[in-house]
Amino acid sequence: MDVLRRAWAIVWKDLLIEARTKQSFNAMVFFAALVLFIFSFALGPDTELLRRVAGGLLWVGITFTGVLSLSRTYQSEETSGGLEGLRLYPGDVRSIYLGKLFGNVILLLLVEAVLFPAAGILFQLELWPHAAPLTAIALLGTIGFSIIGTFYAALTVNLRAREVMLPLLLFPALVPVLLGAVNATMLVTTGDAMGEIDPWIRLLVAFDVIFFVICTWIFPIALEE
Amino acid sequence: MASKSGIERFVGWTALLTIAGGSVVGLRVVPADAAMGDVQRLMYVHVPTAWLAFLAFLLVFVMSVLYLIQRDPRWDRVAASSAEIGVVFTALTLALGMMWGKPTWGVWWTWDPRLTTTAILLAIYVGYLAIRGFADDPEKRARWAAVVGIIGFANVPIVYLSVVWWRTLHQPPSSPRSVSPEILWTLMLNLAAFTLVYAYLMMRRTRLAALEGKLEQRVAYHG
Repeated sequence: MDVLRRAWAIVWKDLLIEARTKQSFNAMVFFAALVLFIFSFALGPDTELLRRVAGGLLWVGITFTGVLSLSRTYQSEETSGGLEGLRLYPGDVRSIYLGKLFGNVILLLLVEAVLFPAAGILFQLELWPHAAPLTAIALLGTIGFSIIGTFYAALTVNLRAREVMLPLLLFPALVPVLLGAVNATMLVTTGDAMGEIDPWIRLLVAFDVIFFVICTWIFPIALEE
Repeated sequence: MASKSGIERFVGWTALLTIAGGSVVGLRVVPADAAMGDVQRLMYVHVPTAWLAFLAFLLVFVMSVLYLIQRDPRWDRVAASSAEIGVVFTALTLALGMMWGKPTWGVWWTWDPRLTTTAILLAIYVGYLAIRGFADDPEKRARWAAVVGIIGFANVPIVYLSVVWWRTLHQPPSSPRSVSPEILWTLMLNLAAFTLVYAYLMMRRTRLAALEGKLEQRVAYHG
């Protein structure tokens, strides 16, 4: 349980920095809202159409916003060899991964807590009656996104052109998460008469479990110097 | 070295001969498919390139695991060579599939599960090659690439499954038709021919990679 305690220390440190500066959160929320706006402009003011594709728009917005925040995952450690320092602490370096992963999930969920109601207003969706299943989908999707994202962010942290490399590696890997989250969200918001949501939830859970194991397992290799 | 390049030349010539033989049989000897006509002949190159793409990426995965265990640059060179050839074959598979799709389905592109998965596969391994291109240090390059090679390959079945679900929840999948023995034999011949081509390209590419590694070392040493 030492690993979890160390991970929590990293979560606490990052959230404290974020709570005091709010540099990521404000920018992320604003950026995500703008993405939804741009989509509405691109697709036209057809409410019926927007309502039908809202699930997709929402998750594309989350993906774009998430990539922005992921590329800053290790930013607070970048100066003065902070990551080096973290690595030199005794104990398993996997706790760094777990801590950064929890931190990313929490930050992204906070953004989604603003983004979902905003989408509900913009696209005239009745989200409140479906709050419980939507929360579950958002949780599973965000965890899957962050598992791969936090890992690849560590891999590309020392890379030149990492702003290009991170999405290039991340987006193809995220296809199952996106398909699962988008389809589940759409089924919830537009009505799931046939009970089709089950396979998507199972896909999200399977993806999360499989890649959590793989990424935690090989994270020390990604962080080696 | 002499015997090594001898083997390489032998494989090269055998590959060329079987490719020529497979092409003649596929284009001239075997009768055209009753339903689809001559378009069906594309299968004799499309299936082998698809099979090789998969084989190449499987080898990338195995070599990546092996590299991370033993840290021998040789495994990294094999993985990199295989990934490069695999990307070429994946692109070929897509291009040939589209050529087949246009007259058969009436469109260049459709969100067929296998087609979509192949496109995602291409994106995953282009990422693999890109991260290699951006890394300067050979040891780091090998390590990062190996990690991407492992995660990328582990994702392939999940991607495929998710795309199948995505499509089949809307439309039923087409059932595979039974294949006549002569078509099967022609396909087998072409499969063997393309596998030989892959083997030959792998020999050349890993040799080149070894030379590149030596050059890199010399440049690093002498500045």
